[in-house]
Amino acid sequence: MAKHATPLLDQLQSGPWPSFVADIKEEAERRHKNVNNVEYQIPVDVCDDLLGILELSYKDGTTHWKHGGIVGVFGYGGGVIGRYCDQPQMFPGVAHFHTIRVAQPAGMYYTTDFLKQLCDLWDMRGSGLTNMHGATGDIVLLGTTTPQLEEFYFELTHKMNNDLGGSGSNLRTPASCLGDSRCEWACYDTQELCYQMTQEYQDELHRPAFPYKFKFKFDGCPNGCVASIARSDMSFIGTWRDDIRIDQEAVAAYVGGEIQPNGGAHSGKDWGAFDIQKEVIDLCPTECMWMEDGKLQINNRECTRCMHCLNVMPRALRIGNDRGLSILVGAKAPILDGAQMGSLLVPFIKVEEPYDEIKELIEGIWEWWMEEGKNRERLGELIKRQGLAKAIAAVGLTPVPQHVMEPRHNPYIFWKEEDVEGGWDRDIADYRKHHQR
Amino acid sequence: MAFVSSGYNPEKPMENRISDIGPRHASDFFPPVIAKNKGQWLWHEICEPGILMHKAESGDEVYTVRCGGARLMSIGHIREICEIADKFCGGHLRFTTRNNIEFMVTTLDEAKKLKEYLNAQKFDGGSFKFPVGGTGAGITNIVHTQGWVHCHTPATDASGTVKVVLDELFEEFGQMRMPAQVRISMACCLNMCGAVHCSDIAILGYHRKPPVIDHEWLDNLCEIPLAVAACPVGAIRPTKKEIVTEKGETKTVNTIAIKNERCMFCGNCYTMCPSLPLSDQTGDGLVIMAGGKVSNRISNPKFSKVVVAFIPNEPPRWPKLAKTIRQIVEAYAADARKYERVGDWAERIGWERFFEKCGLDFSEHMIDDFRDPAYYTWRQTTNFKF
Repeated sequence: MAKHATPLLDQLQSGPWPSFVADIKEEAERRHKNVNNVEYQIPVDVCDDLLGILELSYKDGTTHWKHGGIVGVFGYGGGVIGRYCDQPQMFPGVAHFHTIRVAQPAGMYYTTDFLKQLCDLWDMRGSGLTNMHGATGDIVLLGTTTPQLEEFYFELTHKMNNDLGGSGSNLRTPASCLGDSRCEWACYDTQELCYQMTQEYQDELHRPAFPYKFKFKFDGCPNGCVASIARSDMSFIGTWRDDIRIDQEAVAAYVGGEIQPNGGAHSGKDWGAFDIQKEVIDLCPTECMWMEDGKLQINNRECTRCMHCLNVMPRALRIGNDRGLSILVGAKAPILDGAQMGSLLVPFIKVEEPYDEIKELIEGIWEWWMEEGKNRERLGELIKRQGLAKAIAAVGLTPVPQHVMEPRHNPYIFWKEEDVEGGWDRDIADYRKHHQR
Repeated sequence: MAFVSSGYNPEKPMENRISDIGPRHASDFFPPVIAKNKGQWLWHEICEPGILMHKAESGDEVYTVRCGGARLMSIGHIREICEIADKFCGGHLRFTTRNNIEFMVTTLDEAKKLKEYLNAQKFDGGSFKFPVGGTGAGITNIVHTQGWVHCHTPATDASGTVKVVLDELFEEFGQMRMPAQVRISMACCLNMCGAVHCSDIAILGYHRKPPVIDHEWLDNLCEIPLAVAACPVGAIRPTKKEIVTEKGETKTVNTIAIKNERCMFCGNCYTMCPSLPLSDQTGDGLVIMAGGKVSNRISNPKFSKVVVAFIPNEPPRWPKLAKTIRQIVEAYAADARKYERVGDWAERIGWERFFEKCGLDFSEHMIDDFRDPAYYTWRQTTNFKF
């Protein structure tokens, strides 16, 4: 018998998509049965009370979670988000219900041994409920009490050799796509760079010293599977600067209908026979492709590497060999000053150990942002306030046309005194010699 | 139950302390075929919905079976995932950025058996535990935020709204009949910890009532200058106010005043000051945005645009939300060209035609008036369609 009646939530058990309500209910039952004799360190009915308080929200249309309190583990300023409910008498099992962010491995591959260990730990010391994964990438563990935070952290670090993720005004847990571990389009090893930058900047990740949050995301190619261009302050997107590799036999096989276009992604509808002119050449945004004597030709100098032709014909076209990445800065969600997409800062940089050049750029941007940024001002907002040219100057780069979609619409150039011959100090008496009042 | 120590000594927190070790290295977790062929992949194809095959230079093949999952997941469920990975995949698996689960095997035969097994697992109540799909030109899992399950600022629930929309679009998850992939994302307030602002279709929780002010407690719980500074539209100012306290005393307190007509309901003040809650049963609801994307393919990445200004919260099954999204998806599927994303389609036919084809009403709420970028969204040409 369930602790709380949940007639509204029960209506989310039907329908084909996996039901989180059914899952939580089953977990509640498992905790009560406790067949493994787990020594639960937080209330046994935590899942029941979570369903109870959620049902209340479904009834009254508002949240029942209060602002986070300041809780965490010793020496860290992030990784734990304090959470208390506003009806602790009705739902004591979730009176304290703090979130723990656990740093995920890049690309989110796991062994079952690791996951089972994490489940055992969270069974005993937490609610048994998780998010796999949070939006930033962390493993999110939902709900435990303050005394369990240090205990959980001790076991996570000692038994699982794993750390917490970031929260607050610090470097948030970096995330990458799965990169070249299982993708032919990765222009650099996203997982490795993500891991190395995470290790390099552990202090920035755990101890808030920034004006606001800061996110790194690593996409292997311009397809952008981790959406770095939209949601990371510093977005690292793989690219190349030589020629797309062409296998003309495979091109012919696509043209001849032997291979399905786009890896078979459109097989659910009859779109007719593949037409390379219509589906590839005419859709190329730079019009840099054509057929000549049955062979596909590409003017690579005009190509902007949008990935369309590679996506359509993955067996015929491959990324170039001179690979690296582009860095874009300032992406963020709307709050506060409106949404921003990342703006190009570094058109191309090689990805080579020990990544010193990349680190210099990161640190240059941080130094400028920490010096000039206001409290709770994201990097993108600072760039908007002071101008992209300031960000370019902050990392010592030379402005190039690649930095803009088009030149400025107005002539209001903020000339600097040192750029104007003779400086700005002038004598009014000299002026008056030639111009009467 | 009795407290069980991990070995942590609260008297000496630094004793045996391990810190700053970061995550585990990904290579600790690779299945053998991935470890062997990393960096050597040649091409891939989608064998059937939910099954991908990647071919390596070595000739090796890895078959990935992708299935959907609710991102809110119990450890009982994760243990079940582990059992499947132990049984079929040598104890390895991965998750995708969009909360799908991927099981990897080395033959198509194994992949098909696994797909069949996964599709046969159900929760009490009948929902699928591991529906296979989410590949190619279809609708994959909806990424989302915490909502009423665990957050202090939501204007709606996240898990519930996602569940009902994916119930509505369920068959699309298992097939690939769309002109291109359709990425749907959900954020339960405009803090957008889910960053949905560049999605083909975005569901966004939104407040419509200015904060209610807890005058008696505000000066005790908040720094008034921080609350004032938090407002992006300058609607908050410090003030003094005579109030009657909960105990019935009359006194003058330092508090704030809000110019309600300036408020854009962003909730940033509430983030800085817990004495300014916004949530409200009738005020809160949903916005639908459309036409965004993050890929650079063919056209540049773009923001999603508001196409439905408000849908009320209708828990538990939000029927109007599910119906409206179905309408947009069907109009797109019927009219867009192959490879055209929702935003590319809307730009080709014109947004005036988008509203018509999707059967959506246009209102003043869809005309941007927030700062300079608004101007660039108005029509500065005579080129428009009737």
